[in-house]
Amino acid sequence: MEHYNMNLTLKIWRQKNKNDKGGFQSFQVKNISSEMSFLEMLDVLNEQLINDNQDPIAFDHDCREGICGMCSLYINGKPHGEWKGNTTCQLHMRAFKDGETVTIEPWRAKAFPVIKDLIVDRSPLDRIIQAGGYISVNTGNAVDGNSLPINKDDADASFAAAMCIGCGACVAACKNSSAMLFLSAKVAHLALLPQGAPERHSRVMNMVAQMDKEGFGACTNTGACEATCPKEISISNIARLNLEYLSASIVAEK
Amino acid sequence: MTWKQVFTSSVGKKLVMGFTGIFLILFLIVHVGLNACIWADDGGKMFNAGAHFMGANWVPRILEVGLFLGLILHIIQGLMLVFYNRSKRGIQYAVDYGNKGSKWYSRSMGLLGTIILLFLVLHLSNFWFPNRSNQGFLLGEEINLYQKMEEVFSVLWVVIVYVLGCISLAYHLAHGFQSAFKTFGVYNKRWHSIISTLGFVFAIIVPLMFALMPLSFYFGWIS
Amino acid sequence: MLDAKIPAGQLDDKWTDYKGHCKLVNPANKRKLEVIVIGTGLAGASAAASLGEMGYKVKAFCFQDSPRRAHSIAAQGGINAAKNYQNDGDSVFRLFYDTIKGGDYRARESNVHRLSEVSANIIDQCVAQGVPFAREYGGLLSNRSFGGTQVQRTFYAAGQTGQQLLIGAYQALERQVALGNVKMYNRHEMLDVVVIDGKTQGIIARDLVSGNLERHFGNAVLLCTGGYGNVFYLSTNAMGSNVTAIWKAHKKGAAFGNPCFTQIHPTCIPVSGDHQSKLTLMSESLRNDGRIWVPKNVGETRKAIDIPEIERDYYLERRYPAFGNLVPRDVASRAAKERCDAGFGVGTSKQAVYLDFADAILRYGKIEVGKEGRENVSEEEIIVLGKEVIKEKYGNLFDMYEKITGENPYELPMRIYPAVHYTMGGLWVDYELQTTVKGLYCLGEANFSDHGANRLGASALMQGLADGYFVIPYTLGNYLADEIYNKPVSIDHPAFIEAENEVAKRINTLMNVKGSQSVESLHKRLGKIMWDKCGMARNAEGLKQAIEEIKELRKEFWNDVKIPGTINEFNPELDKANRVADFMELGELMCIDALERNESCGGHFREEYQTPEGEALRDDGNYMYVSAWKLKSESNWELHKEELKYDVIKPTQRNYK
Repeated sequence: MEHYNMNLTLKIWRQKNKNDKGGFQSFQVKNISSEMSFLEMLDVLNEQLINDNQDPIAFDHDCREGICGMCSLYINGKPHGEWKGNTTCQLHMRAFKDGETVTIEPWRAKAFPVIKDLIVDRSPLDRIIQAGGYISVNTGNAVDGNSLPINKDDADASFAAAMCIGCGACVAACKNSSAMLFLSAKVAHLALLPQGAPERHSRVMNMVAQMDKEGFGACTNTGACEATCPKEISISNIARLNLEYLSASIVAEK
Repeated sequence: MTWKQVFTSSVGKKLVMGFTGIFLILFLIVHVGLNACIWADDGGKMFNAGAHFMGANWVPRILEVGLFLGLILHIIQGLMLVFYNRSKRGIQYAVDYGNKGSKWYSRSMGLLGTIILLFLVLHLSNFWFPNRSNQGFLLGEEINLYQKMEEVFSVLWVVIVYVLGCISLAYHLAHGFQSAFKTFGVYNKRWHSIISTLGFVFAIIVPLMFALMPLSFYFGWIS
Repeated sequence: MLDAKIPAGQLDDKWTDYKGHCKLVNPANKRKLEVIVIGTGLAGASAAASLGEMGYKVKAFCFQDSPRRAHSIAAQGGINAAKNYQNDGDSVFRLFYDTIKGGDYRARESNVHRLSEVSANIIDQCVAQGVPFAREYGGLLSNRSFGGTQVQRTFYAAGQTGQQLLIGAYQALERQVALGNVKMYNRHEMLDVVVIDGKTQGIIARDLVSGNLERHFGNAVLLCTGGYGNVFYLSTNAMGSNVTAIWKAHKKGAAFGNPCFTQIHPTCIPVSGDHQSKLTLMSESLRNDGRIWVPKNVGETRKAIDIPEIERDYYLERRYPAFGNLVPRDVASRAAKERCDAGFGVGTSKQAVYLDFADAILRYGKIEVGKEGRENVSEEEIIVLGKEVIKEKYGNLFDMYEKITGENPYELPMRIYPAVHYTMGGLWVDYELQTTVKGLYCLGEANFSDHGANRLGASALMQGLADGYFVIPYTLGNYLADEIYNKPVSIDHPAFIEAENEVAKRINTLMNVKGSQSVESLHKRLGKIMWDKCGMARNAEGLKQAIEEIKELRKEFWNDVKIPGTINEFNPELDKANRVADFMELGELMCIDALERNESCGGHFREEYQTPEGEALRDDGNYMYVSAWKLKSESNWELHKEELKYDVIKPTQRNYK
């Protein structure tokens, strides 16, 4: 792999706090190595800003290995940047060319208000999990792990849904700002396992109700979420959620 | 969970769209089948016979009420969903995600639906309304719909509007058909690939046949 | 001085006896007792959820935007449990023995035995929560093997075991939040412990969004804040991982155990340049199939694939024929460093070795061909089939490698180098996980307890969850049973006010330095000192230098650090400065500890103490103890020793040859 250096123009959303109106500001960065990660490039910019007595760009990040789900950033019109099945922290600068202009925006959704610059409040996702994204089993209640054999395909499909890192890219990508891919990943993860069966009806009902309450839009099956998901969670999970919902509403008592 | 809660949730609203959409798709099959009789080359005899059954019999006339209710529900719910969803973003992106992640028509169902609605206004005022008013909105005397078609489709701009309406319908169906089944919970790849293929074929063939009708009259392909 | 409170009796009866005799709190009283949990990784989330289920009033804090982000999520390989599902002779004793041996006989027998006992319950609990562990076609749980063991006892979920376990604990935690038993404080950082009359009564926390300081009362405080590997600047830890919570506790009187015991993981992606902000681990499971080598010639310039077999040095297989590429982490790391220091390193920096899958690809390809019963298959086709198998096993790791380096590891061998990964050291705790401060507990990686001088793969997840799900619910009750007689302390108590003022003062001081160097640049310099002189190999000379250099650097930090912005706003630079300031103090203690321990053991390798073949040379006669350091004043620590008594296991020289 040939390494090269590049100069870039960065157009970045700046917003002091939740109540500030915010707007774009442009920056120049020089001699960025193609081996850097995207966030390391922002580190370079921030060092530069601190040296120039300016406020550095605030952005969320933590593990920088693509699993914690903390990093966000809407880069050049796509959540987490251009690479497929990727998070911002794993995006590397060889994806960019010398002289390019890179536009960086926060996740945009009314349910995710901006806290500062590129950082948004994703606590609605936690509250959706609180509404039912769990199996009600207290510590110590468990029986032997092998007492309940689970079909390997189901276990694998459940795992594929459970890989969701809760980053919110699906919301950012969706034209409706819908959290359905996030929601459905959890519903599918638990619905595919026998342990999840006792609560399957109330779970899907309550989680959907919470999503609506948090101010996310409705799903229109455009598929933008699936195309952008860093863990490539399948949109078929949404269909599964719909089925869960439909069957829950059919068997409801009242 | 009451029925009201079920159908007013974001998933429930989609269910309403799906159910009414499939109902309208079924109607399209009837409509296109019946209208295809114009190509029988019998001066409209077979077509008018079919049209007579639809217009002068209580059974289809009662179903017609259901059709309108379904259509109105689909339109109102659809428009409300468009505005509901649109209000969820707040500030728009400076750089749009565009077609990188989804098909343009899947994101434009509201627009396509609105074009179809405008076309429908013209379409109903061309055929349905004159006929029903002639009948006194009951089971009265019908007009000769075949002749009416000849007359309406002799005007170029009308033909163009009809063709545009059919194109909109094609794209609307291309997304709507398979999306409805996703909403009903068809998640397995095996069924989904069958349904999306079927939907695509349907979305091409049915609007194409509809579009050929005004064209056939205008260009005199039928006698 | 240090009382580990190890229950009397036979080793395998201790925990059962303890549980049978510890004090309990009745349900009505539990509702009145408040417990504060700092950190929401495996240990914190499982503890908060379990205590919430039991009926305690719990407050949980994390500095991230959601409890699900904690760095436990990045653990790849798996979790050990003595289930013996594979019928390969595993047992509680074997897991116990392997862990003690792997830790180079520097861990406490009673704690490790308890860990092995509850390990099986963890798997059951996680399965019940819906953790989608890998399964066999028959529907039963699957296992794989990990370094330093001879049985298959590692449960896993592809390369994302930590994620799945954490999500399980997180869901249990969110359930308690929904039920009102736990109150969650996201984007909050603990900045001090409030101790009144020798007892922990609460904390001072900072809301990182508003910058406001908050006082929180708690009958007990649980620190579950993970490791402090970021003292090295570059590590596999998350950017936010820090020592602050346990360091504040240390300053309030909690002894720090074995601070110098650091695990350097052998298979990480090497540093690519000065811009590097963190290092990424490639799971230990890769060593099952990859072969590690360097060229036999110093200053080799050819590409890896152009170097013929005869000119390659598979140094682990050469030095350790019995365990080969699967020697424990400390041994593998040191061997890599030895080769690179001797000039055999590869890549542009020459600080890397190859991890090669070519043999494995060929081997698997042949097996596939054999399965299909075909003959006369070309080598190309075998390689294609072999790559498929490798992809199935390690696909996500290979993808990650390619994203970071831009090289295709199916074609070229991976370049790897050791990196700081885990800290065995941490707050000293007794059998009940209580620190030397009453009511202050420490769980998971943050405490020093179970891994001795080196941790075995897939044991960190086990310890975090054991502490949170199965240990603390009992041991905490034993303390809180007496707390029901005391009235809750008001957060307007002078001790709270004083603690808050202290915190505010320190933040103000930091902000008012208004110097010229960024926090990041100073942190980088600290990391370099630590890595060069207190890293994979240490010596007395270097450690003495490091202590002086760190003192100097700390002075420079407090005189010249530059923090933009203000206090009462969301200010990530200030948060970072707070953490780095603590690293600057911790670094010194680590070096002091490393200097004091005149032996080599596990991850602690003193160059002066090695066998003629370059293996670690332990000194059980003089150093069979836990070093527990108490802070007396700045740069002045007092060493307390907890003698380690091995009643059941007989310590021997670790031998992997």
